[in-house]
Formats: sequence, C-alpha cells, structure tokens
Amino acid sequence: MEVADGFGGSPREIARRLSLSRREFLRGAAGLTVGGALMSASPFVRAERARRKRKFIVVTFGGGARDQETFAPEGQGNIPHMLQELAPQSSFFTHVTNHGILGHYVATASLTTGVYETLNNFSAVPPEHPTVFEYFRKDLRRPVSDAWVVAPSNGFNRIGESDCRSYGPGLGARVILPKHLLSAATQGGTANLGHLLRDNYENPLYTPELGGGEFELQQLERILRLSVDDFMGHARTLSSPDELSLYIAKRLMQQEAPSLLWITMHDIDIAHSGAYSLYVEGIQRTDRLCAELWSAVESNPEYAGNTTMFVLPDFGRDSDFDAGGNGFQHHRTGDVASRTTWMMALGAGVRQGVVYDQPVQSIDLVPSLGAMMGFTPAQSQGKPIRELL
Amino acid sequence: MQPHDLQAGQFAGYPPEARKLAVAHLDALRKLPLSFLPSLLREVIDYDFKFPAERSAIDKELALLSGLKPEQVQERFRGFAQLSNSPKLEEFDWINQPARFVEQQSAYLWSTHQLDAFRKAATDYGAWLQAEAPPDPLQVRRLGIAVIGQGVASYDGHLFKSLRAHGTYFADVKPENGLAVLLDAMAARAKDHPAPYGHWYVDGGKAAGCDARVTCISYAGLEPVRSALLKNMDAEIAKPGMGPEQLRTHLAQLTPADLGMRKDGDAVLDRFQVKVLTEGSGTQIFSTTFAQWTTREALRRAQPLTLLVRYAPRQRQRPMNEMLTNSHTPAQLDPMGSLVDADMGAYYHWINQQRLPGAEQSAFLAWFEGQSRALVVAPTLPRGAESSSAIDMSKLLSLALS
Repeated sequence: MEVADGFGGSPREIARRLSLSRREFLRGAAGLTVGGALMSASPFVRAERARRKRKFIVVTFGGGARDQETFAPEGQGNIPHMLQELAPQSSFFTHVTNHGILGHYVATASLTTGVYETLNNFSAVPPEHPTVFEYFRKDLRRPVSDAWVVAPSNGFNRIGESDCRSYGPGLGARVILPKHLLSAATQGGTANLGHLLRDNYENPLYTPELGGGEFELQQLERILRLSVDDFMGHARTLSSPDELSLYIAKRLMQQEAPSLLWITMHDIDIAHSGAYSLYVEGIQRTDRLCAELWSAVESNPEYAGNTTMFVLPDFGRDSDFDAGGNGFQHHRTGDVASRTTWMMALGAGVRQGVVYDQPVQSIDLVPSLGAMMGFTPAQSQGKPIRELL
Repeated sequence: MQPHDLQAGQFAGYPPEARKLAVAHLDALRKLPLSFLPSLLREVIDYDFKFPAERSAIDKELALLSGLKPEQVQERFRGFAQLSNSPKLEEFDWINQPARFVEQQSAYLWSTHQLDAFRKAATDYGAWLQAEAPPDPLQVRRLGIAVIGQGVASYDGHLFKSLRAHGTYFADVKPENGLAVLLDAMAARAKDHPAPYGHWYVDGGKAAGCDARVTCISYAGLEPVRSALLKNMDAEIAKPGMGPEQLRTHLAQLTPADLGMRKDGDAVLDRFQVKVLTEGSGTQIFSTTFAQWTTREALRRAQPLTLLVRYAPRQRQRPMNEMLTNSHTPAQLDPMGSLVDADMGAYYHWINQQRLPGAEQSAFLAWFEGQSRALVVAPTLPRGAESSSAIDMSKLLSLALS
C-alpha cells in the first residue's frame, strides 16, 4: 500500500516541485526575485581586475539536510539567519541534484573534484580525480598556505589532494580536523569523549588511522598562533564540533587569510541516531554558524568586500515516504529527496536576491569556481553554472 | 556461481524449515537472476525465525515464482537481469551469506551508478507481487496508538504538526486513566481477535503491565541485553584491524544467547529484539529511537492488528563544553527533546501503518500522555479538523474505531 505523500509523479517531476517550492517560499519570505530575466552582464566582468585578491569560501551545510527542515515553508523556523540575513543578498539555486554516492566523505570528495567519485566512504583514501585545491594551486601558482580545508573528522583527512599523477601530493590544500586536534590536545584524556569525538555518525565504529596531510598538534601554535591551553580553554566554551570548526576557520582567516577555504559542517548528521530534535537542533546551529562565518568575512579586512561564499548541503536525506528508508534518519535510499538540494552563493561578484530554478548538479561547483577564479578543472565532469558567470 | 547451478545440497547450512522451503522451490530459484536471488534468500534463510505474516508472504511469493513459465520469468526479471555484477560478487558465497551479498551488492550498485535502475526494478517487482499475491483480509480493523510526552508537564509547541492534515485534532481530552483505558482496550482486542504476534505493546521506558496475549517489548526490559551488546561492541572495536564492515557482519551474527537472553525464550521474538538492537542505528542509546524503530520493524514484519507504543524520556545529549569540563556527570534525561522525537515518531508510526493491508480502514490515535491533546486519524473522521469538545479516552477510542 503506497502512502500518499503529495509528491506523486516521476522523480524528475518531484525534483522540479521541490525546487519550485523553495522558490515560491523564498520569493515570499525573503523578497527574492526569479532569475532568468537577469542574464545581462555578469558582475564578474566588473570584478575581473580584482581577481587576484578574491577570496572564496565553500561551506557544506553539513551532514545532509532535507527541504522540509530548511527551505520548505514548514522548515523556515529552523533557518532564520540564512533566510533573513543571507538569502536576500544571495543568488539562490533551488534545484541542485547529486547523482553520486550519498555518503558524506565520498559526496564531499565529489564536490571538491567535480566528478562523482566512487571511493569507499569509510576508508581514508584520497579522491581519484584532482581536487579544486590542486587546480587552484597548480594553475594559479598559489602557495600551500592559500588553500585550506576545515573538516569534521578523520575520514576527511585525505580530501585536500587526490592521488592523480599530474596533480596530487604537494599541490593540494592543508586539512585541519578539529576533532582530531581536540583529541590530540587532550592527550589521551578522551576516554569519556568517545561520543563527541566519534568520527562519523553513519557508523559508530569508524575512526580510520590518519595518514597523509593531517594537521599536527604543534601547528596549533605555528599557524593558528594558539597554545594548547588557549585552544582547550576556548573549546570548553563551545557546544559542538561544528562550533569548533568555525572557531578554527575564523582563526585561519585571521592568521593565514587563505584565498580558498573549504569548511565542512557535520553536526546535522546526528540524525543517524534517530533523535529528530537533535537533527533539528543541528540545522538551527548550522544556520547560526553560517551567518557567523559571513559576519566574520565582513569584519575581516582581508575578506570584506572581495569574498564569495557558497553554502550547500552535500545532499539531502530520505523522504518520509520511501519505504526503504526511515525518513530523516538516513540517506540510504537514493530517492529524490535525498538527491535534491539547494545552493546559495553570496558576496563579491554575485547577483543579490535572485532565485534560479534551472537544474544544476553538485559537480558543477568546481567548474564554476574555476571559471570565477581563473583555473581550468580539466578532469571535472560538471559544467560551469552560467548564472554565476 | 550462477543461480542455474544451484543444487539442493548447497542449502545444508540453512535452518530446517528454511532448507525445506528452498529445496521445494529449487527449480524456481534456479531461473532467477543473481542480482535478485540473494535478496530473496536473505528472507528464506531466516524463515524459521520469521513472524507468521512474513512466512505467509514468503510462501506466496515462492508459490507465485514457481508457477511462472521461463518466458514470464525473463519478462518479469528483465530489469534485474540487466544489472551488472562484479566478478567478486559472482564468486561470493551468496547462498549461505545472502545478507552480506546484498550489502556488498548495494555498495557496488552505488559505485557503478546502477542504484536507480535497481530501485525501479525492485519497485516494479513489489507492485507486481502485491497485485498477484494479495494479502489475506484482516479479521479486524488495524489500530495504532502512540502515547508521547511522558515526563513533560506542559508544552506550548505545535503538536502533531505532520499528522493534523490527515485527521482530527482534539484539544480537550480528559486525561484521567487514559493510559489504562488504552492498555485495557488493547488487551480486549487481543482477547476478541487472537492472533500470534497480532497485538503489540512497545514501551520506551518501563512497561506499564502487559496482558499475556499481547507481545510486549520495553527499553527497560532489554537493559541487560543492551548492556551486553555495548560491551560486545566495545570489545570488537578494540580488536586490531576491525572495520565497519567487519563489525556489521559480527553484529548480524549475534544470537540472543550471545547477549545473555534465555535459551528457552520465544526464539522468534528474541531474534526480533536482537535485530532491533543490532541493526537499528541509535536504538542502543536513545529510548525514543528504540521505540520508533521497534514500532517500524514490528509493523513491517509482524503486521500487528494493534500496536501501542509509549514513548519515554531518552537520555540527554551532552554539549561539547560540558563533556570537556566534566566528563563524569551521570546521564540526565531530556523530556522536552524526547517529546519532539516522539511527535515525529508518531507520524512515522502512522505512515508505516498506512503501508500495510487494510490501510483505508485503519485507525490511529496519538495522545500527549497525561494531557488534554490528542489526534485521531480514522476513515470516519474529517481531515484537518479540530474539536474543542470535552471527551474522555474511552469515547475518543470509540470514535477512532467507529
């Protein structure tokens, strides 16, 4: 017996309705206009001369979030900052699909390469194809200090660079794993922090051995200019690992001012525990943290006025109505709700208050960044999003 | 190995009833594609520990498959047959480890972008099965009851938000003896319509009594099993080389006896409970997740005529700063968060009930325990309506089943 879900129709039709629902809501709630008629000269044409100073930040709205808890009308109460502060100054893409594997590491790796990667989600292995960091650094001859990743857990430690022969080792981004840092800073005193330091909510066990470009503890002082005591003192004031990630990201912006900064949020993935209230709290916290990050951008002289920020979930979560799943708890069915999501772009060179309905893919992010930043992501399988150019 | 090479002796490792069943339908099994057959064998191998509703469904499915002509099999399973399998999968012992095969097949389908094609083939097959082997008529209308909010004195939030569009909201329910009325009603249904595993009471805390004719499961009652499981998991995790796949395989092989359950217990129910704890993410830690997942699995597998679930406060999720500053404080409860969890759980309860036969006649009642708010979904009641008339629990229940 099928349960009527109000989403009858083909997967393509369902995806289209999801995106239209986001558009109608945004138009009403945030006063955004619909794009398409606004395809005149790109703001990027005017911004070309400033390209060298440009900064780009990508935030994955962590751990998979569904429409109904975010941009659909019933989710609006969970994202007041995104809706009222960020959306009005953004270009908002209502229909972003992810056709790849819906595991957080492999999906985020796919976002960074512009190719649907097929690596084992639970292995500490590098992406097969060059990452955006490698294209950026190699093509534009940028130093290692200019590209950073702040990621939640050990599983992401290899995301900074691929094992592609023509790119790979030495050309990628430095990766900071705040949870790993916390574990190192407590020096074995983490016996009671197992839950907090748990690497991946998709599996209670997974904590791969680190290898490759992990962030060493002593670099706390050398790069972030933080003593272990100061770091721990600050960590004790924060309520979640994503708050710690934001703290590290802001510290990086102050000390290193990278031109390409990638932050992967992950608190939302507590949904795998099955507690709906904790999942919603995760969304509310991530909403607040995104606004705080943008506020940090606007108040930092290195970033204010010349930064473009992208916010997008890596994917959604299962629909309430797919019998193969258990609603919000997981992202295992591959149904439309788990594959269809949104993207927000705001800041320098981006049209403000515009909503775009046309379908784009999550792998289109890297070619778009390439077009905006001036590098060529030769192996990416996505296409530049013309509304951003 | 391919299905057409199957021999009766290869099922020697199956439990007796499962072996008998597989051998009896060997010819039909040989005709099925490898991308489908292990999914069926995953059900068959557990036949001895299945609920009556599951056994009936497997019997019907195998009878139906045995009656198909070769060209009909080819037509029906074309979608599955078009899927590729890796050589590694083909060499796998899918006869004796069908669940592991399915797990590895799933990973392969994801990585080769064949998952959508598999979903379509599976959905089409399910629809065909439902049409060709319809379930037996129910002896009584199905009734679901969700009791939520234990331990919350007052709540101003919007309750039953997702359910309201489907039923009638009651704002002035007299809460006196509400739980006793519901438990008594369930016991009466179990007496009037006896059926093995036909009436269930799931409690996220300590069960408030249990009629002998009702299948009862509680989070508190399973505390020794949960503790044994967590210890077992800790020990496994500490082993060198242990990974997520190995742990999952280990957990899938755990028996009730491995977790300290009595050997003379109800083998079917004990297996069910172990599966809830080993397969359900979060069921070992949060009582609200335990209650929701147990409800889902009981409905999916046993298809009970009555299922009452009562949610209890789960342990509180401690924020990072608290864990860093004081890691030894005892676990506290989170009644308010649990109410939000349970409200969503009640919605999922209704959705899962609506997937079962007789959905158009089934009734569902959700009640904020000890309070005046409730919601009823029934074919005789208007959708999206609200009633402010005073009503007691007996009358509310009568209304749901009228």
